[in-house]
Amino acid sequence: MSSYNPRRVRVDTPLLERVINGRPITYLDSASSTLPPRPVIEAMTRYYELRHANVHRGVYQTAVEATDVYEGARAATARFINAPQGMDEVVFTKNTTESFNLLAKSWGAANLKAGDVVLVTEMEHHANIVPWFQLRDQLGIEVRFVPVRDDFRLDVSDLDRLLDGVKLFSFTAASNVLGTRNPVKELTRIAHDHGALVALDAAQSVGHQPTDVVDLDVDFFCFSAHKMLGPTGLGVLWTRAEILESMPPFLGGGGMIADVRLDGYVPAAGPTRFEAGTPPIAETAGLTAAIRYLEGLGLANIARHEDELTGDALKRLANEFDGRVRVIGPVDTVDRGGVLSLDVDGVHPHDVAQVLDQFGVCVRPGHHCAKPLMRRFNLAATARASFGPYSLTSDTDVLLEALGSAVTMFA
Amino acid sequence: MANLDDLYREIILDHYRTPRNRGELASPPAIRTEGYNPLCGDELVIYLDIQDGVLVDIKLSGHGCSISQASSSMMSAAVKGKTIDEVRAAIERFKQLMTVHETTLDGNGEAPVADLRTMGELAALQGVVKFPVRIKCATLAWNTLSQGLDDYGVQGTGSK
Repeated sequence: MSSYNPRRVRVDTPLLERVINGRPITYLDSASSTLPPRPVIEAMTRYYELRHANVHRGVYQTAVEATDVYEGARAATARFINAPQGMDEVVFTKNTTESFNLLAKSWGAANLKAGDVVLVTEMEHHANIVPWFQLRDQLGIEVRFVPVRDDFRLDVSDLDRLLDGVKLFSFTAASNVLGTRNPVKELTRIAHDHGALVALDAAQSVGHQPTDVVDLDVDFFCFSAHKMLGPTGLGVLWTRAEILESMPPFLGGGGMIADVRLDGYVPAAGPTRFEAGTPPIAETAGLTAAIRYLEGLGLANIARHEDELTGDALKRLANEFDGRVRVIGPVDTVDRGGVLSLDVDGVHPHDVAQVLDQFGVCVRPGHHCAKPLMRRFNLAATARASFGPYSLTSDTDVLLEALGSAVTMFA
Repeated sequence: MANLDDLYREIILDHYRTPRNRGELASPPAIRTEGYNPLCGDELVIYLDIQDGVLVDIKLSGHGCSISQASSSMMSAAVKGKTIDEVRAAIERFKQLMTVHETTLDGNGEAPVADLRTMGELAALQGVVKFPVRIKCATLAWNTLSQGLDDYGVQGTGSK
């Protein structure tokens, strides 16, 4: 049974006790990184205090326990996203960006040749653009973009033509700039009909809504622990076991081999083939704790709460400031996450964020690693506020108060 | 604790609201050079008309935050009509003003105090060093100007 109460999450999150510039912190940057609750922090501390050893090596008690922590996180992750073949389909990476690089440099390099097409969208994070450009420069593949409409939704009117010759359609579940949630199942079905595989950037969705890779029917699924209340330094690439088994290694070194001789090496089977070197271990303890914590809250409850916060904030932003504050993203909460990119008339986002900081308000100014999308809307940057499971309408209150000050200061 | 008033001095807001030397120059003959702040997406284009070792005219286009816009505007006013030697000296003085030494990042020691007396209204930007993430905003124009002079091998007379 879930008992979700955002105030309770707040109490569990030590960083929210901070006072910044004389004001209680108003953390509105969860799209950049979420704040870990105490159970996550304690799981990592406990790991270092009681169990730390390198994984997959020793036979002594703590080494076995450390390996159990690490592999236990793999099992927990598999269950969390409903991986059909379980933990053998879960690869640990450094972050979502590394997951996409692994996808491009292993699966992509082995399966794509000159003239093949990778389709992405105009609203992608650079992590789902640059690795494909690198592959284009290396192999001569084509990178194609699904455009974004003026209403901040994907323009799928020409999707059939765009999918022609496409081997992989790689897109985001939810835009880190616009908040737009894409129709993943529908897009996946159409891509599959055209014989393309589908990779999903789930960095902005896993901590904010339920995830089921079987239901979504995607082929690759990438996300980061730190965007779902977990620690930095740990990401995940999930793919079907049969695809994973066919993928060549990524980084070379210890831990990813079955054998090494003077004339060559044999890679390990399964996910460890992609996990060269000592991995982040304490972080996996943190990820397991984050998964348990999120499951305790209930992802559907979090989604509902963040929907309410977003609807309230959209309404108030539209009613105040005489139109001087524009939301770059859908103006209703249908298929929309809690990401509010703000364009304040006459005030650069950097200055907006600076003024907000005086109120203890944490927002992110900049292009959000989505420069093609910013260019699409003739923007250099936005000031982005984003919600997490601990956010309250009182956070929006302070945001509006601080925005009012920014508007006045530069008027 | 750094105060917002240290950053947004009235003279800075004035240059932001009413930037000097906005526009373009035909290039060539003018030198055209671009500067970017990849962190925040700021873009700046500087046009330099240099004749006989003197920066006869300077124009700026592009977009950025109040600090980068004000800094570029104030820079243009400060260097226009000056000899290249004087321009390079001004660049050096400004970079010194913006320098945060590694010792201060370490949490030890104080940054050296630049000599503000020779800097005119540019001294208003000194408050920026209290907001380390904004230093790149203030230095963008100066680095771009320096780059432009370097790229085109613009030499001063070398006389001090």
